Amino acid sequence: MFFSPSLVPPSHNIVVNGKECINFASFNFLGLLDNPRLKAAALASLKKCGVGTCGPRGFYGTFDVHLDLEDRLAKFMKTEEAIIYSYGFATIASAIPAYSKRGDIVFVDKAACFAIQKGLQASRSDIKLFNHNDMDDLQRLLKEQEIEDQKNPRKARVTRRFIVVEGLYMNTGTICPLPELVKLKYRYKARIFLEESLSFGVLGEHGRGVTEHFGIDIDDIDLISANMENSLASIGGFCCGRSFVIDHQRLSGQGYCFSASLPPLLAAAAIEALNIMEENPGIFAVLKEKCKRIHKALQGISGLKVVGESISPAFHLQLEESTGCRERDVKLLQEIVTQCMDRGIALTLARYLEKEEKYLPPPSIRVVVTVEQTEEELEKAATTISKVAQTVLL
Amino acid sequence: MRTEPGGCCCRRPVRANDCVANGEVRNGYVRSSAATAAAAASQIHHVTQNGGLYKRPFNEGFEETPMLVAVLTYVGYGVLTLFGYLRDFLRHWRIEKCHHATEREEQKDFVSLYQDFENFYTRNLYMRIRDNWNRPICSVPGARVDIMERQSHDYNWSFKYTGNVIKDVINMGSYNYLGFARNTGPCQEAAAKVLEEYGVGVCSTRQEIGNLDKHEELEKLVASFLGVEAAMTYGMGFATNSMNIPALVSKGCLILSDELNHASLVLGARLSGATIRVFKHNNMQSLEKLLKDAIVYGQPRTRRPWKKILILVEGIYSMEGSIVRLPEVIALKKKYKAYLYLDEAHSIGALGPTGRGVVDYFGLDPEDVDIMMGTFTKSFGASGGYIGGKKELIDYLRTHSHSAVYATSPSPPVVEQIVTSMKCIMGQDGTTLGKECIQQLAENVRYFRRRLKNMGFIIYGNEDSPVVPLMLYMPAKIGAFGREMLKRNIGVVVVGFPATPIIESRARFCLSAAHTKEMLDTALKEIDEVGDLLHLKYSRHRSVPLLDRPFDETTYEETED
Repeated sequence: MFFSPSLVPPSHNIVVNGKECINFASFNFLGLLDNPRLKAAALASLKKCGVGTCGPRGFYGTFDVHLDLEDRLAKFMKTEEAIIYSYGFATIASAIPAYSKRGDIVFVDKAACFAIQKGLQASRSDIKLFNHNDMDDLQRLLKEQEIEDQKNPRKARVTRRFIVVEGLYMNTGTICPLPELVKLKYRYKARIFLEESLSFGVLGEHGRGVTEHFGIDIDDIDLISANMENSLASIGGFCCGRSFVIDHQRLSGQGYCFSASLPPLLAAAAIEALNIMEENPGIFAVLKEKCKRIHKALQGISGLKVVGESISPAFHLQLEESTGCRERDVKLLQEIVTQCMDRGIALTLARYLEKEEKYLPPPSIRVVVTVEQTEEELEKAATTISKVAQTVLL
Repeated sequence: MRTEPGGCCCRRPVRANDCVANGEVRNGYVRSSAATAAAAASQIHHVTQNGGLYKRPFNEGFEETPMLVAVLTYVGYGVLTLFGYLRDFLRHWRIEKCHHATEREEQKDFVSLYQDFENFYTRNLYMRIRDNWNRPICSVPGARVDIMERQSHDYNWSFKYTGNVIKDVINMGSYNYLGFARNTGPCQEAAAKVLEEYGVGVCSTRQEIGNLDKHEELEKLVASFLGVEAAMTYGMGFATNSMNIPALVSKGCLILSDELNHASLVLGARLSGATIRVFKHNNMQSLEKLLKDAIVYGQPRTRRPWKKILILVEGIYSMEGSIVRLPEVIALKKKYKAYLYLDEAHSIGALGPTGRGVVDYFGLDPEDVDIMMGTFTKSFGASGGYIGGKKELIDYLRTHSHSAVYATSPSPPVVEQIVTSMKCIMGQDGTTLGKECIQQLAENVRYFRRRLKNMGFIIYGNEDSPVVPLMLYMPAKIGAFGREMLKRNIGVVVVGFPATPIIESRARFCLSAAHTKEMLDTALKEIDEVGDLLHLKYSRHRSVPLLDRPFDETTYEETED
């Protein structure tokens, strides 16, 4: 079931099961959960507008804060327009069905997260999965589709094609090869939807995500969707892109039209978080440094392997050799997690709905790095995990 | 010629004798000629006991669209469509300037993202009256609200904010039933305290490390409020439906869903993979026929029995203002051994003597409803949703709900707002504020509906529902009504196609306990004026009990007196 609830909010130091630990499990990459400026901004908004918005965006649920936040996000990402949703999961799950309908074709990575899978299911389109980060496999599928098109050109003229990828994959901690994807996009005429929940506020010189990381023109990506629940330490999500693309969601995004809008205090907190991100562009480099450091420190632990890029702040620790049975693997990893918590390092198992996922990732421990963790704490975490792994696995 | 001031119809579960003492009832129809509202009400009370299922009169009516109005509405849409084609033609040949955004030059040879016809309605009809929606506000959405003024110089293609604020507009559009949308008072103070202590975000899911003591406190409170064993809460009301229905039913199950169910219920039902069958709105014969067929014929090809039958209904339907016939639904559910999923998004807090929703309103046992779902957006002034039911059900949902595993937990200050407002409604904060709000809302609803009906407007829905749809029908009147009311400082919500059937556009008022009698009187005066100006008083007091023809013609004979 659930962990015994945290009595102190889950920022840098948390109390889990009665023990004080350092938090290596919440997606608080930029350490903004506890930031007093965010709290002050949210408090000001609470005093002005109350908590709830009492209506969807179309019916007096649009506040000046929402318009401000959309404006700021669009400016920050250097796109024409942005649209915000009140729930991170619903963002990509409503964006995909707004464009892709029955009869359209979507090429999606096998390691796509659950929200994308639900969005695809709701869209009723043809789904073609390609191996994780394998551009050759994707090209093969695109070529096959091209041959199909030549057989039936009339149908091909009305069938839209989309490629859905994540900037930084939640399930594997790897970065998608965006330059090759853009080349494939223009060659095979497919539009790219990029899900940047983990890479927004992490990758790139100014935190603008994987497009800045690779130096790609943002207009080449048709739609960027991200949630504000990781780096921005708020709640909700947003999509940004050209007005031609984004404006459509204002009437056909289900999670936008038929749901109450984001409470203004959460929007105000997100604006303040954006301010902090713009004022200190140095934190992204600091975060990268810490990621690289702990990545190196965790290499070579016997029995566990690190899955994920060295600059990814959320990566996985999987068993080097599986016992053959998923349940036993999960038990071993859970034992490691419990013992780490006893020694003051809070970790968590990566949770999945085992029966619902299309391609269930192997069981793993999720490790999250934040800017707030000091070098000693990173060292301590690495040694603790190493020791515990030795006792449990050998 | 019989006149029916607010007709009523309740179906009897058995074929009853045709005669009743006063000779005014035939086959379940109450016909009263020239009866006053009070007398009719008492007759209804005696007659519509339905074998004791209903403990109070169930007055719901949907007056038939007058023929002339229907014809004129179609003509109106026809003219608009013709002009739409003309404008599209002019835009195509560059005679008229094209305002909307276009595809990138580099991507012009891609398959076009939108079908031209899909956007025909948006470009040519919706754009003309677009200023009635998405009106930005800059104050708390209470009984009075401040709307930011905006102007358009290119016929609504783009808006500019003048910087002025239209102050103290009477708000008849926000879902603020019990008046908890406030920026002062005990709820706000408690939320502020929790904000200081816990911060705003959570950055993790319920199953990982985002489960806080505040969430567990809220869940216990919700369970005791509803009278169920356990409850679970989520961060978004829409997502509560779309992520939990797939966890409860799957392929091989049958979902019986009301015609007018909300988009979230429809999406949840589709994502589950179960077979969906739709019954006519609030029509119990239609539902019973579907249930009978399901049990008798089983699954389509294999004839095997359905694994589960789930009935999806809502407490109050927000476009019609109708209340679900819950006693009958529960009787049917028990008879045919189906499960019931009740979505109380609009009815929780707003109906019932203690504000516990539609179950309380009918005086039924909450244990009879298998899955009670609701949202905190409307009556509690926060955001999020909940599901309540037996402990087994909730324990199952804690491990199998998509939201618990993949979606971030609700934000702590929002949770605190719900806790404080719920305690207030339950009376646990030591004041009678909750009870007063509930009573005020009920009085406001009765008063407002009665006055509007007396003025001669066609009002849909149940007498006790705080959602009041006023029929406009013609497309031009949609825009005109919204704008005229804003000129008179009253903010209303107008809805047209596709949220409603094409000729049944309406203005929808949402009443609130925060509305004082003076505000309602002001609003009613202005509505009266605008109604005369736009010729909206269509009512001829000839009601048809159901929105469309009754399902089984043999049960209802259509005879004229």
